Amino acid sequence: MNDTPLLSIKNLNVAYGSVRAVSGISLDVYEGEIVTLMGANGAGKSSTLCAISGLVPYSGAITYQGQSLRKMSPDRLVGMGMAHVPEGRGIFSNLTVHENLRLAAWTQKDAGKIREDFARVFALFPRLRDRQRQAGGTLSGGEQQMLAVGRALMSRARLLLLDEPSMGLAPVLVREIFNILRDINRTGVTILLVEQNANMALRIASRGYVLETGAVVLQGASEELRDSPRMREAYLGG
Amino acid sequence: MIYFLQQTLNALQLGSIYALIALGYTMVYGILLMINFAHGDLFMVGAFLAFALATFLGWSFVPTLLAAMIALAVLGVVIERLAYKPLRHAPKMSAVITALGVGIFLEHLMLAFNPYPRHMPELMPVHIWTFGQFSISSLQVLIIGLSVSLMVVLDWVVMKTKLGLAMRAISWNIKIVPLMGVPVNRVISATFAMGAALGAAAGTLYSMAYPVIDPYMGVMVGWKAFIAAVIGGIGNIRGAVLGGFILAGVEIGVAAVLPTTFRDFISFGLLLILLVVRPHGLLGKPRVEKI
Repeated sequence: MNDTPLLSIKNLNVAYGSVRAVSGISLDVYEGEIVTLMGANGAGKSSTLCAISGLVPYSGAITYQGQSLRKMSPDRLVGMGMAHVPEGRGIFSNLTVHENLRLAAWTQKDAGKIREDFARVFALFPRLRDRQRQAGGTLSGGEQQMLAVGRALMSRARLLLLDEPSMGLAPVLVREIFNILRDINRTGVTILLVEQNANMALRIASRGYVLETGAVVLQGASEELRDSPRMREAYLGG
Repeated sequence: MIYFLQQTLNALQLGSIYALIALGYTMVYGILLMINFAHGDLFMVGAFLAFALATFLGWSFVPTLLAAMIALAVLGVVIERLAYKPLRHAPKMSAVITALGVGIFLEHLMLAFNPYPRHMPELMPVHIWTFGQFSISSLQVLIIGLSVSLMVVLDWVVMKTKLGLAMRAISWNIKIVPLMGVPVNRVISATFAMGAALGAAAGTLYSMAYPVIDPYMGVMVGWKAFIAAVIGGIGNIRGAVLGGFILAGVEIGVAAVLPTTFRDFISFGLLLILLVVRPHGLLGKPRVEKI
């Protein structure tokens, strides 16, 4: 772990009109970590991710690799090694699995590297290889999540922003996806994981933050959070 | 039989032009869900540009066509940047009304500088081949051949290139595309450029076939091409081509058996019936998304 965080957020505020979604969040993510951002629906988790990747306007400071992200367009962040897997996965249903992955390699100009990246993604998700020529919209929810993560890998992300990868998936699939996320992390990819499923998130994350109505109410190492009475009562089901 | 063949040839010629213009409507709708009602007037500007180059500079067909296509591509991009981009997040209706305004602006800009109908000079010598009672001109071959070639190239761009991939992705969900590292504004500009260039090609070819041009020529032709796009399923590239040929076929067919004043009334009536039966057009598909 380095001294300077890979991603640092200071006093982040996001508002949609007069509705405040995020009020004064600060958090750090260090190289090589899995950090999870937990909380109920509407706590401001997704808005935080969208602010990081430049999809919504915000006030406060976001720095990535020591560089301020203010006024940075979302597509340029991909070239800087940041990949955002959005809520609901954002698969292009009208494109094939292969085309979804190829599009995500937009910033990669080297055809040889694109081939390597396809091989890497297909090694992690063999099911995507079998369904390469199928339209994205014909995949099951779990396969769509795999495709969404696969796309992020096609851009050779150093930092993965994941928004609720467990949403709508059967428990066995959630476990499978989370195991793969841990494997991806072990190859050196840093992950910021937004989850409502705190049990699963804390199993793979080293640290976590808990959001309530747009503010951080708890933070700490995963073991501490698991033992915290407030956490157990509100998020872990006793 | 000969008469039927002759009319089929006429329908193919007119259909080629409708299809080229319809592609411009359908491409823009496909990515922005916006109907660019100024597109028919871009077709008119393209025709006048070709007229000016041929008349005042004496250019021949190939340089005239290329210059008109390039100039219109630039104009298409400029219009998008100045008039439509500021409204990207406004209600769609605002952009559509703006497009109508841009169209009226272009018509009257042309009217201010050139209030009279003009006669397009011959851009190339025209040969006519006659087989008994059937005749075909080199101009018809050129119009149909060039239009179909442009359509094949466009289809290839959309289906096989990285730019086309980005265009198809934008048509599904424009919000997600930047997260793939794709500069969305550049893709949108490229789409407007291609659509306007095809409109200029249509304008040049149209004014060679029907050589009297005027500032309002884009209105009716533009509406028909728009309707062709709707018949085919707006947003669908191959549908726009199909719709263009169907509309021209119906028009020529009606005019062949009834007085020409019945032409638009009957052809538009048939199209209304078609839309009742297939509201998404012939090749358009209603969207179903899996959650």
